Amino acid sequence: MLPILEGLLPGLESVSPLGPSAYLWLLAVPLLPLAAWMLQVTIGRFLPRQGDWMPTGAMGLSAVIAIVHLIKVLAHWDADFLLASAQDGYGWRFFFTAEFPAAIAGFKAGILYDNLSAILLAMVALVSFLVHLFSIGYMQGDSRYNIFFSNLPFFTFAMLALVLSDNLLFFFVFWELMGLCSYLLIGHLAQDEKEPRMSAAWAALKAFMTTRVGDVCLFIGMAVFWVNFETLSFHGLYTATADHVAANGWESWMTFGGVMMFLGAVGKSAQFPLHVWLPDAMEGPTPVSAMIHAATMVAAGVYLTGRIYLLCSPEARLVVACVGAFTAIFAATIGITSFDIKKVLAYSTISQLGYMICAIGVGGVAAGLFHVITHAMFKACLFLGSGSVIHGCHHEQDMREMGGLRKKMPITYLTMLVSTLAISGVPLFAGFYSKDAIIGKALERSQESGELIWALPFWILLGAAAITAFYMFRLIFMTFHGTPRSKHAEHAHESPWTMTVPLLVLGFFAVFSGKFWLADPLHAVSGGNDPWFLQLVQDPDLERWESGHVTAAGGLGGHGALAEHHEGEVAHHEHYVGAEAHHEAMIFSVLAAGTGILLAFLFYFWKVLSAARVAASLGGIYRLVLNKYWIDELYQVVVVRGTMKFSDALFWIDRTLVDGLVHAVAGTMRRLAGLSAATDRIVVDGAVNWLGETTIAAGQATRRIQTGRIQQYAYFTFAGALALAAVVLFDLI
Amino acid sequence: MGLTAYLVVAAILFVIGLVMVASRRNLIYVLMGLELILNAANLNLVAFNRFNPTTKFVAGQDVPVLDGQIAAIFVIILAAAEAALALAIVLNVYSLFETIRPDDIDNLKD
Repeated sequence: MLPILEGLLPGLESVSPLGPSAYLWLLAVPLLPLAAWMLQVTIGRFLPRQGDWMPTGAMGLSAVIAIVHLIKVLAHWDADFLLASAQDGYGWRFFFTAEFPAAIAGFKAGILYDNLSAILLAMVALVSFLVHLFSIGYMQGDSRYNIFFSNLPFFTFAMLALVLSDNLLFFFVFWELMGLCSYLLIGHLAQDEKEPRMSAAWAALKAFMTTRVGDVCLFIGMAVFWVNFETLSFHGLYTATADHVAANGWESWMTFGGVMMFLGAVGKSAQFPLHVWLPDAMEGPTPVSAMIHAATMVAAGVYLTGRIYLLCSPEARLVVACVGAFTAIFAATIGITSFDIKKVLAYSTISQLGYMICAIGVGGVAAGLFHVITHAMFKACLFLGSGSVIHGCHHEQDMREMGGLRKKMPITYLTMLVSTLAISGVPLFAGFYSKDAIIGKALERSQESGELIWALPFWILLGAAAITAFYMFRLIFMTFHGTPRSKHAEHAHESPWTMTVPLLVLGFFAVFSGKFWLADPLHAVSGGNDPWFLQLVQDPDLERWESGHVTAAGGLGGHGALAEHHEGEVAHHEHYVGAEAHHEAMIFSVLAAGTGILLAFLFYFWKVLSAARVAASLGGIYRLVLNKYWIDELYQVVVVRGTMKFSDALFWIDRTLVDGLVHAVAGTMRRLAGLSAATDRIVVDGAVNWLGETTIAAGQATRRIQTGRIQQYAYFTFAGALALAAVVLFDLI
Repeated sequence: MGLTAYLVVAAILFVIGLVMVASRRNLIYVLMGLELILNAANLNLVAFNRFNPTTKFVAGQDVPVLDGQIAAIFVIILAAAEAALALAIVLNVYSLFETIRPDDIDNLKD
């Protein structure tokens, strides 16, 4: 039997709610796209239709598995549901021997499947499947069709595996894989065979480099916690942090580590200082944008922030809240001035991500993550809708060149309108419930603390909500209403079924993913039960948690887990202070959305007010916003050029100092070698040559005797004989 | 007269032969000189045997020992063979170099 199965088996018995094979099924969710990727990379080219049906089919399968398991979890309906394979004995110990330090040798990596993972997994799988389906229509005729369909499932695999990771190390691995995939997909058109786009290559590079800044910070944050707690599993970290805080209070290194990890999310989720890559990422094909903005990349950042919330000190939480709130309003203002349909959506994504991050910062972890889910649905719908529009208008992206598409693309129009209502926070639509939860949480927080700094997020989020409603309706009016303003718009046509079906599915979820109010129409807007997400995922009770009452479910599980320890106090927790705040917030948020929508009508539908005149009267401020606050230019000057200068300096050092040293050594060596050669030549060769020459000279001197004349030889012979005779006769010797 | 006269004649012959071998400019004369030297030696052999007679007791009577004369006969035979061989060589030398001047035939020196 495989060792991996041996490790799995003891865990299987304790998985009652989902059946004994739950782990294998859950493993299959990320592994199916991985297998599809492998096949697509190797043999995809040779398959019929370049193999697009294979990743799509695999994604469909894993979406079904994920959704079936989510339904099982929903049927279970327990806020403390937790399926953590590492805790049930499924470790990867066998990778290591006893020689490793205890912390490393005991490192366990497994699957974490709690309510949050279950919901996210189903959402990611579903949206990715729809994006795959949509791409079949949208990417038709692309010169690298098969490569696109190999990168897409790999991207999804990374995200699915990330959602299932139960420790930060594996989380980080898949996190980085997503960075790679986003690079490949954003730069997809850079290698188009017909018209390669250089701007796509730059955008891909920018996305990769910018998120890399965040990733390094995340790694530093992980290292800080590893050094202190010697564990990276989420639950291990929660427990260790709770113990530590109960004993010593929050220490400054925890703030540092928390902020550093949050900076990872800042990079991936495009929060303020590192948001610059996301609008440029629009260079990728539209399905990729939908994927990045809804299901994968940016959701991962918020998911991380939610998971590490308990590790963040109050100071770190303040940073999270401020960054989120600032990003929400900052990106929203840019969204007003943009004319590129995808850029508007990109800034709206940044702004909505700011919402989620801010919600987590003010303590509404569940509300923030709820918004991830609903936002994924309507933002995917909006992006795929804009893809459908772009497809219908022959790759025209400028909204000024559109108009009047309502009748030509009815399905696209309808689904996009529904999603726009959802993102604006109009009651009954999904976005309303999550946004309301966030704003309510912000208000509750400001009322609780009474400090000005905590009141700011509420007002900022409210302003951003109004602006969001405004620019989203601006998008709808400019694109779909009025008269066609270009030839492309006149000849627009509805997209094929592979593109409209995902739109319809996502449109459905854009309405009902917040609360399925058809079941209870009387309590659609308020009262009744909380939205389903908020029932399943609850904010951690920080006060109790900080005093050391952490449970195995720890993390985001709510009062149920605590109830085991404090049954009497549950009531207090359930009817939290915020009930009234929520009603108040709901009125505010509906008012804000209404204001935004009314303004959009005034400007772009009835045309009572002129956007151009307002822009002219604002002058400098308008130009500032239009140019995205010059942030890109600032980075270009400070970071890019600074890096260039630094590289130049390093190059100079390299060339003068390092190369100089090398050259000096080389010169010395050459001189030594020359000396050695001279010795060889003069002394050794001299001796040998002298011997040879002397021998030759001796030969030359004596060769004269050998005249070759036999008579002369005869003389010598006789002379010799005479000499011998003389010796013998006279007895000379 | 006696032995001395023979020896003087032999010595004269020897010297004449020697000078011929060393200085004649024709290989045929050089060979002739060689013959003179050999015959000078023969003369010596015969003369010494004649003036120092010895006997040997064989089959009940004294028989004179004629070693010198025998040796002389061997030398004559040898000289004949040598002449035949040497003349053949000279012929070949002539056909090869088209000369029989010993000074011109000095290929051995290199």
